[in-house]
This record gives sequence, C-alpha cells and structure tokens, in this order.
Amino acid sequence: MIPLAYYLAISAILFTLGALGVLIRRNPLIIFMSVELMLNAANLAFVAFARAYDVLAGQIFVFFVIAVAAAEVAVGLALIVVIFRTKHSIDVDLMNSLKG
Amino acid sequence: MDLTLILFIVLAVVAILTALGMLASRSAIYAALFLVLNFATVAIFYLMLGAPFIAMAQVTVYAGAIMVLFLFVIMLLGAEKLPKGEVLPWQRPLAIGLAAVLLAEAGYLLFQRLHITAGLANPGAEVNAPEAIQAMALSLFNQYLLPFEVTSVLLLVAMVGVIVLTKKEKGES
Amino acid sequence: MTFALLIEWLIKGFVLVLVLLGGFAYLTLYERKALARIQVRIGPNRAGPWGILQPIADAIKLIFKEELIPAKADKLLFILAPVVTLVPALVITAVVPWGSEIMMFGRVITLYIADINVGVLYIMSVASIAVYGVVLAGWSSNNKYAMMGGLRSSAQMISYEMSLGLAFISAIMLAGSMRMLDIVEAQRTLWFVLLQPVGTAIFLIATLAEVNRPPFDMPEAEQELTAGYHVEYSGMKFALLFMAEYDKMIAISAIGATLFFGGFRGPFVDTYPWLGPIYMLLKLVILLFGMIWVRATFPRIRYDRLMAFGWKVMLPLSLAIVFITAAGILLAEQVNPLLIWTVPALSLLAGVFTIAMIDRELRRKEYARA
Repeated sequence: MIPLAYYLAISAILFTLGALGVLIRRNPLIIFMSVELMLNAANLAFVAFARAYDVLAGQIFVFFVIAVAAAEVAVGLALIVVIFRTKHSIDVDLMNSLKG
Repeated sequence: MDLTLILFIVLAVVAILTALGMLASRSAIYAALFLVLNFATVAIFYLMLGAPFIAMAQVTVYAGAIMVLFLFVIMLLGAEKLPKGEVLPWQRPLAIGLAAVLLAEAGYLLFQRLHITAGLANPGAEVNAPEAIQAMALSLFNQYLLPFEVTSVLLLVAMVGVIVLTKKEKGES
Repeated sequence: MTFALLIEWLIKGFVLVLVLLGGFAYLTLYERKALARIQVRIGPNRAGPWGILQPIADAIKLIFKEELIPAKADKLLFILAPVVTLVPALVITAVVPWGSEIMMFGRVITLYIADINVGVLYIMSVASIAVYGVVLAGWSSNNKYAMMGGLRSSAQMISYEMSLGLAFISAIMLAGSMRMLDIVEAQRTLWFVLLQPVGTAIFLIATLAEVNRPPFDMPEAEQELTAGYHVEYSGMKFALLFMAEYDKMIAISAIGATLFFGGFRGPFVDTYPWLGPIYMLLKLVILLFGMIWVRATFPRIRYDRLMAFGWKVMLPLSLAIVFITAAGILLAEQVNPLLIWTVPALSLLAGVFTIAMIDRELRRKEYARA
C-alpha cells in the first residue's frame, strides 16, 4: 500500500529536474532529453491517478503521449541534424540569427 | 515496513539519481544512458501501478526507439561534448532558484492543500489476466478511435517532415 | 508466495540460463559442423570423438587470451557493453513456454518462467533494448571501424524491428491474445505458418537482421569494417559478445517456434507433457539449421540495399500482411469460418507480387549501375 501522494511527489521531482535541465544545459540534445523527462513525469502522474481512481482513460492518455513523443523526437532530432549541417555546431548559444 | 514500500523507495532514489546524473554529466552519451535507466525505473513504477501494457510500451518506445535515435544522432554528429564557458553567468543560479520554487510549490500543494489521501493497493492477479488488455484495446478502439487515428496521421506527418528536412537537395554535396 | 515456489522459480531460471549457455557452446559446434558439411569439409574433429569437446577447447583458449582495452577507450562502457549485449539475449526467453505442466516431486511444475498477458510485447521491448550493447561497444572502443559498425547496426536493428513487430501482430491477431500460452493453444489444430506463410517468412528474414546474421551481418562485415563493433574486443569480453549473438539466435528461434510453428505442441503432448520440451528442442534445431544454411548460401548484401530492402520491401509487405490477416479474420468470423483460408491465399499473392516487383527492379540497368 503506497499513498498516491508519493507517486505524485516523485512525478513532481522528476518534472522539476527536467525543467531545470532545459534551463541550465546548452547542448540541445540534452535539453531535448530533459523535455522527455518532463513528459515521463507527467505520464507517471497519469498512470498513478488511473490506478487510484480505477479508470483506464489515464493509461490510454499515456499511450497517446508516448506516440506523440516518438513523432516529436523524430522531428526534433532532424532539426538538430539540419542545424549542425549549417552551423557545424549545435551549441544553443550560437543559434542567435533568424536566417541561417 | 512492507516490501512494496521498500521497493518504491529504492526505485525512487534510483529515478532521482539518474535524473540528476543526466543533468550533471558532461558527455551527452552518458546523459542519454542515465535517461535510459530513468525510463526503466519509470517502467517498473508502471508495473507496480498495474499497467503492464504501458510499462512495455514505455520500454519499447522510449528505451528502444527514442533513446537509440538520440544515441545515433549524438554519435553521428560527434557532439558528445561541448566546449566549456557560459554566455549568461547568472543563468545557472537563477534556474536552480526557479526550480526550487517550483518544487516547493508542488510540495505545498500536494502535502498541505490538496490532502490526497488515497492509497494504492498492490495490483493483484486481475492485472495479468488477458481481459485487462482486452478492456484497454476495446476502450482504445471504440471510445478513443478518433484520437488513435489522428495519432497515426501525426506519425505519418512527422515521418514526411523528417525526410523533407534532412534530404539533401540536388547538387548539394 | 511460499518458500517452495521461490526455490522452484530459482531452479527454473538457473536451468534456463544453463540451457542457453550450454546451448551456445554446442550451437557453435553445430554451426561449424553444418557449414563444413555444406562446403564439403569435415569440420572440427580433433577434440574428443566427432569434435564434441571442441567448444570446451575454444572456451579454454579464450579464457587464457590477453584482454586488451584500448588506451583512449571509454573504459566503463567498454567493459559494460558485452554484458549489456548478453543480458537481453538471456532474459528474453523468460516468457517462452517449453511445455504446459508436469508433476515432479509431488508438485505441479509449470514449464515456463513467466506467464504474462503482454508476453509478445515483452519480447518486443527486450528485443528493442538489445541494440544498446552493440552501439555502446562500437562507440566506447574509440575506433572508427567499430563506430561505423555500431551505427550501422543501430540503424539496421531499428529498421527491421518494424517488420518484426508487424509479423508479431499477425500472430497475435490469429491467436487473439498476446499471452504466449494462448498463442500456442490457438495452434492446436493448425500452425500459424500455414495460415500466415508470408508473415512467417517476414519474421524469419527480420530476425536474421535483428541478430546480425549473414546475409545481414553488415555491422561486422569483415572485409570492409574489419569486424565492426567488436574489433577491439579480445578474450572473455569477445566471448561474451559472441555468446550474445548465438544466444540471440537460440532465443529468436524459440520465439519463432512458439509463434508460428506450434510451440511445444506435437503428437501426444497432452497425455505426456514431458514431450513438450523435446518437441521444442527439435523445432529449435531445425530453425537453427535454417539460419546456418542461409549463412552458407547467401552473400552479404550491400548496406544501402539492406536499408532499402527493410524500408521499401519488408515494411509495406508486412503492413499488407497485417491488413490481409485482419480482413480474413473478420470474414471468417462474420461470414464463414472456411474463409480464414483467404489469409494464406491473399498473403501468398502479396508475397509473389513483391518478389515479382523486386525482380523487375533488379533487372533494370540503372539500378544495376547505381
């Protein structure tokens, strides 16, 4: 028997760490990974609520989140590859012009 | 203290440590591997919450596809390390402060205001019955059929988009 | 959970690992013997009668070899990579049933370790994390050939995983369950290889690519990559990588036998449950011979054609197979049970069409020059 609040606390901590990662890292790949971490934290909260209220909708929502994350990663990584091709670096601090 | 709680605490510690490891590691490869471990612990959380289907989907899609793609791109670009140096020196302390505020807010809401007292019983044998998966499939293909189809279109669009983005134009080396 | 049950699980797990490790040793001998016979040679015959002690000799040789770690390698990952490669190959077999139940020591003992309702999905997920070992081995060696091998293998395994998953789906749909025991039970009268021959063929081809066996062994192509991801490995670490490859072969053959070739089912298995493991072993030996035969027969295919084959041939064909299977099951349920035979008929048609299209493409001169 584990209180629901514990799962939500873990979810909150992971989400915060993900947000922190987005703010302090300069490597877009790691920023991107932090976004994935935040999505995961939200998923964990969804599944915990689904268990607590005994409804399937939470799990199904997580299923959709996973599918959307897959699409998002594909496009995001393609963007990073294209940026690397034009700038020969992927440091986010160097991405300061609107036209490459 | 019962066994489930011990397992939960161990997993929670691993999850937080791997997330911190991802934030702190200099090399992008190590960051990706820490994140894989983090996803694996989250998958075990899903199993403990009685969601084996989601747990397996998590491992297949996140650990098996998304993170492998990350590793692939990191290796392809040779971008595992970036040169040192900060452009905005005040960025890091400010970010840590803001994160602490966010965490404090969440903790206050969770433990002081909302009074979430529900306890989660350990999943029993019913979670492992084929009917559990059937119920999920029926829900997915009846009630949520439209979102499901839209997701498939989204994946197709993403695929086309990626090909257009990364395709070299004719004549370009 | 009682103490006796815990002991039973421990023993079963231990036996399974022993079978896989011993199976690896004798699979190498089996492969060398079979290859030798196909190439009109005799094969290993020095150590022991008919060379049956050869695996032990190989093991002793590998143990005493010097282990090298390249100076600029990432030491932690370099040591970890062989382990990460081997573990999925071992744990994936946990859901494969080797029989129903037998009575032993006054207890009912089930001949499988885990009976989970998402069995096939478990196989998919473990198969998808198997790629890490190869990628990390390639990257941590700090050698460009190893790196190329690792990159090639990750791209190849992700690409062929799609077709593999869709082939799984055709079996899941025919059985109406993701539980391995239900899938075996559904093949009581008819093996799925007869209902879905093209799905089985896709499965067999995709698994060759998944375990990096010839003709899809691009990650370790000796002539161009000097051995790919394991070029820097020696001694026991190399043995672990080698073991992982052969254990993957065993595991994937066991999965194929379960999903498409009736699993542990065979004549009289209901009355004598101990026949289950024997039938399973027989099917394994036959499927493994298929893999060895392919290695002896086909040349390695070029990398760009391998990817083109995966994405432009296997993926559309397996999507068509899933569609045909679903339509056939619907027809059989709604109209007449005999209409289930539209599934093999239409899939064979799709398969023949695909082969005809490949043939036409290969005959075009432009492609031959490219």
